[in-house]
Amino acid sequence: MCLAIPAKIIEITKNTAKVESLGVSKDVDISLLPEAKVGDFVIVHAGFAIQVIDEEEALKTHEYWKEYLDAEKPK
Amino acid sequence: MQKSLNKYISDIKKINPDRPINIMEVCGTHTMAISRNGLRQLFPENINLISGPGCPVCVTSLKDIDWILEIVKNYDMQIFTFGDMLRVPGSKNSLQDLKSSGKKINVCYSPMDALNFAISNPKKLTLFIAIGFETTAPLTAVILKRAKENNLNNFFVFSTHKVVPPALEILLEDRKVKIDGFLCPGHVSAIIGSTPYNFIPEKYEIPCVISGFEPMDMVSSVHSILKQITDKKPEVEIQYKRVVKKNGNPEAIKQIYSVFEPSNADWRGLGKIPGSGLCLKESYQKFDSKTKFPVKSIKPKEHPGCDCGKILKGIKKPNQCKLFAKACTPEYPIGPCMVSSEGSCAAYYKYERHGKD
Ligand code: SF4
Repeated sequence: MCLAIPAKIIEITKNTAKVESLGVSKDVDISLLPEAKVGDFVIVHAGFAIQVIDEEEALKTHEYWKEYLDAEKPK
Repeated sequence: MQKSLNKYISDIKKINPDRPINIMEVCGTHTMAISRNGLRQLFPENINLISGPGCPVCVTSLKDIDWILEIVKNYDMQIFTFGDMLRVPGSKNSLQDLKSSGKKINVCYSPMDALNFAISNPKKLTLFIAIGFETTAPLTAVILKRAKENNLNNFFVFSTHKVVPPALEILLEDRKVKIDGFLCPGHVSAIIGSTPYNFIPEKYEIPCVISGFEPMDMVSSVHSILKQITDKKPEVEIQYKRVVKKNGNPEAIKQIYSVFEPSNADWRGLGKIPGSGLCLKESYQKFDSKTKFPVKSIKPKEHPGCDCGKILKGIKKPNQCKLFAKACTPEYPIGPCMVSSEGSCAAYYKYERHGKD
């Protein structure tokens, strides 16, 4: 239930953001993250973005994240 | 990755104290990650990873399950719930049974699905079964606010939402199981931050590490717990820094407490815990299914052989339940711990059935 997925914000319209996660895009509610902006990576839980992922920390701690973030970069 | 994992394991062996160490994880996703990645086998024998009350579906009391089933049985409504709830056995039947007998039960991915349905179908009574810890409670809060803004008269919530820290205190006071360290939940902490756990090192001198979900996260968190033990410096440490901030998500916390207020809640295995539940505030009463749809008295009857209560407290492991993998399997579950994708019994059944304890 708490399996939260990381995704990148592509576009914001009011409370809704279009996010992309490994090539799949969908709409999520961002009312719990008033400061979220386009380009941020967020954790999505049951249709809501619940926290912004700190990219620097992510890169520092994990090869996995490096791979993930590389895969998300525009080619 | 494998290299740094091995490095952590060899460091763990170096600082490993010469006594049994019980480390409790309080998050169903951690439970699954431990089983799936075979983490138990990586650590020295004296390090015992035990599951606590971290699976929201599993800790929901039988009384609440029966209450939900009674409402669903007696009223004509569109029900929305997360998939894990469907097969949880009540005293007599499950939501799945009621669905088979024609009740309109929809599995939803997001609470928003329930709200959107209610908005588009103003003549249909719609009930969202709200379950989960601090990670999910703000989502329910947001949809309730929208329901209010939209003046909905056909939308209702059954809240079984709970907060985690009071349950940890109960476990520590109970002392039936000695806990040497907590792996604190990642996404609950993404919302509440690290400060609500401060009482654990301060009052009980027990280390807490808020951990992520990758094998590396969890191994390095176990390492940190052992380091705190050997240094005799218990504290709340955030390993999952990329997501968890000290103050959590203040907006989400604000949303929770603008709609809910703390209440007593019944936990399976742990009993009634003061201040551990979230019930709807006075100003949201019109959405509360508990008062809007009264039911006759509920007499929950636990299955005599099911040890879920003990498993949720870390007193027993799933394979120590007499019914495990015999009468109770994911196909024919007897307790919620075998149903939920985050339940300990389900995790053991799927990944550790044939391994060592
Ligand atoms: S194996 Fe089944 S009966 Fe035993 S504790 Fe787990 S859920 Fe309950």
